[in-house]
Amino acid sequence: MSLWRIVPFLAAALVLAPVGVIMSSLFAPVGEVWQHLIETTLSLLLINTFWLATGVVTGTLLLGVSLAWFTAVYEFPGRRFFSWALLLPMAMPAYVMAFVVLGVFDFTGPLQTSLRAWLHSDLAWFPDIRNTVGVVIVMTLAFYPYVYLLTRNAFLSQGKRSLEVAQSLGFNRTQGFFKVALPLARPWIAGGMMLVLMETLADFGTVAVFNYNTFTTAIYKAWFSMFSLTAASQLASLLIIIVFVVIVLEQQFRMRMRYAETKRSERAQRIQLRSRHGWMVTGFALSVLFLAFVLPVAQLIFWAMRSLMAREFDLARYLEFLWHSISLSGLAALLISAVVIAIVYAARRYPHFSTRYAVRIATIGYALPGTVLAIGVYVPMTWLDGQLSDFLLHGFNLESGHLIQGTLVIMLMAYLIRFMAVSHYPIDSAMQRITHSIDEAAMSLGLHGWAMIRKIHIPILKPGIYTAAILIFVDVMKEMPITLMTRPFGWDTLAVRIYELTSEGQWEHAAVPAGTLVLAGLIPIYLLMRQTEQ
Amino acid sequence: MFKLNMNNFFASGACAIFAIFLLAGQSARAQEVVVYSARIEQLIKPMFDAFTKETGIKVKYTTDNEGALLARLEAEGKNTPADMLITADAGNLWAAARAGLLKPVQSDVLEKNIPAHLQDPQNEWFGLSIRARTIIYNTNKVKPGELSTYEDLADPKWNKRLCLRTSKKVYNQSLVAMMIAEHGEAETEKIVKGWVANLATDPLSDDTRALEFVAAGKCDVTIVNTYYYGRLMQKDPKLPLAVFWPNQSQGGVHVNISGAGITRYGKHPQAAIQLLEFLSSDKAQNLFADVNMEYPANPNIKVDAFVASWGDFKQNPMNLAKAGELQTAAVKLMDRAGYR
Repeated sequence: MSLWRIVPFLAAALVLAPVGVIMSSLFAPVGEVWQHLIETTLSLLLINTFWLATGVVTGTLLLGVSLAWFTAVYEFPGRRFFSWALLLPMAMPAYVMAFVVLGVFDFTGPLQTSLRAWLHSDLAWFPDIRNTVGVVIVMTLAFYPYVYLLTRNAFLSQGKRSLEVAQSLGFNRTQGFFKVALPLARPWIAGGMMLVLMETLADFGTVAVFNYNTFTTAIYKAWFSMFSLTAASQLASLLIIIVFVVIVLEQQFRMRMRYAETKRSERAQRIQLRSRHGWMVTGFALSVLFLAFVLPVAQLIFWAMRSLMAREFDLARYLEFLWHSISLSGLAALLISAVVIAIVYAARRYPHFSTRYAVRIATIGYALPGTVLAIGVYVPMTWLDGQLSDFLLHGFNLESGHLIQGTLVIMLMAYLIRFMAVSHYPIDSAMQRITHSIDEAAMSLGLHGWAMIRKIHIPILKPGIYTAAILIFVDVMKEMPITLMTRPFGWDTLAVRIYELTSEGQWEHAAVPAGTLVLAGLIPIYLLMRQTEQ
Repeated sequence: MFKLNMNNFFASGACAIFAIFLLAGQSARAQEVVVYSARIEQLIKPMFDAFTKETGIKVKYTTDNEGALLARLEAEGKNTPADMLITADAGNLWAAARAGLLKPVQSDVLEKNIPAHLQDPQNEWFGLSIRARTIIYNTNKVKPGELSTYEDLADPKWNKRLCLRTSKKVYNQSLVAMMIAEHGEAETEKIVKGWVANLATDPLSDDTRALEFVAAGKCDVTIVNTYYYGRLMQKDPKLPLAVFWPNQSQGGVHVNISGAGITRYGKHPQAAIQLLEFLSSDKAQNLFADVNMEYPANPNIKVDAFVASWGDFKQNPMNLAKAGELQTAAVKLMDRAGYR
């Protein structure tokens, strides 16, 4: 059993390797790039990043929590459809959404163009969307499903019950929501919020489309344009420190609370909304779905059709991309969920502060801009590979060549390091429901070890595990920089294809792989939602 | 029942992938050359295919952006599998050479085919195609007589009439770097500040967008690479856009290259040089002209007929190594000038 104990530390060490590579830059002297940044753009970058993070977190909380509450507790027209359909935007990479939104609403888009023709006006009053508000809206629409998915799990199991408690205390429904249900769902909401925050801080694609300057764009600029990987790493280290502080604060905040799950709710009757209110909720859900999914997909389909008509289409090649995307994402979902279950289990068995910190460190990879993490993973891995082949050559006279390079190992390791956070929050939140009294009760019934895990824990953890698996699946499928840098020869995926076409500004042609990516993402979302729904 | 299927699906998927992964490492060591390319697959595969057809040597390649490929080469060091690095600009080749990732190549073929200003003075990299960054204007709003130079776009007469792509794109960084080489920093900074003051809207994320804004009338002129113009006009020939070749009486049109270098620690140096020479040959140069409406680096090769219709121009003969040397200075200058 003591083997369990070291699992979180192994995971933390795995993440610390790339993070260490990046953080070691802090010991390098601060160069002229820093001087330049401080003199020119740094303060603006910080302000931009602050407003972006604040705006997106607030926006996703509002959308995610309210939609989760409505679909979990109330009955309204289309409720069953919306409960899974509202997750669909997750299959849409944020940078694709950004491009589509700009494509539709910007000066040259169909909306403004037709309005100008129709009104014979230059439309000077039309709000410019290439600014903070525009980026915040796009990212909110792209990221709210994280909060929605996690929070909905909480509300599903305790929402109705918490309302009953609230009623018995003499609260009305609104008060019940704010005073009982919301506080009870805090670990899940906080988990979703952390994911959104980290995703926002790490984002490069969306802000690049909007030409909006943030911390991430500064990192890329220092690296790619000023050829200073050191300055880029120093900036990234600051980002790591900021995120770590937020994580620790969130942890402290949450530690003061204890959560105990009553038995799994026997799915109490939903509250039927009066028809007017019901349709209002339907309208709200529909407009979110329309903006975040229907509109972008329609635009993608339109582009994809034009692109398909314009040139011959290599179907075999696309099926290959699709297969690579799906198999890699599936494999990563499997691997990462398994590792995270082990981590969460170990942390539960050995609740020591060192374990807790190890777990926190293990989830920090998500906050790093992808390319920075990719190089952080690549450096130690290639070093290790070199050492290994040297060792075999000198020690055993074996000409092994490279054992790791050119295989999927580096890629999967990098995915693991990046996406442990994504699966940690849902699985950990689910684990918090397994109280010690449940264990004691199980033991009193003669269940121990694996039998207890299989018969008691797994069923309780299941929704959390499914949630984690969906999140990883779609996240890996959308992932670009790690896939680009670490893929073995020939392992091109849909995301690689999208990168190649968009890097040359060929958005219409990119619509074919982007549309395929969204479609492929729908399958697990639909299937797994049905699983948790029953 | 359903759960069972799901598990089967995952399990069989996992098995299949592990099998592939075991096989992947054991590829036969046939004659091959390995390329890291920042030029995307579509724009480079036709040349590789032609090379394989002619020589029987297989080309294994992977694509990524320049910075990532450079970092990757650096991390792999002596163990790198890559024999050749291909980029879409000169600055990154210069950076690769400075980081010691490339090695000099002495080749009469390359010297004959590639003009001196499009290759590294130390012979560590060679331009393969030319990308001309020129002025495009709205034909309804601008008479060609009003236009003269890049520098002139800083004049107040262009106030609220200019659109530019973001300064984060290396094409603009190279342009400004070459201007620094020509005019010095202080003068260039004044020009860039003038551009920023003349902007009709915030800098745009790509060249195509800038062209669309000019066509839609948000602004009157922009600076882009010609092949973006070519692609857009092919799609919609009625757009009110036309090419203007600036700086014809002084300096010349700013050009950049898409080029390549041989890596220092590649495992197939002979095959790599063979590929590089092939890429400078008539056959490959014609392909460069065809696939992306770029200008062949070899001046003896005819450009695409549509491209030829934009007219001849004098290019800036200054060596492109300057674009790399002065890139950092250019980025800083653009930051100071408030060019986002």
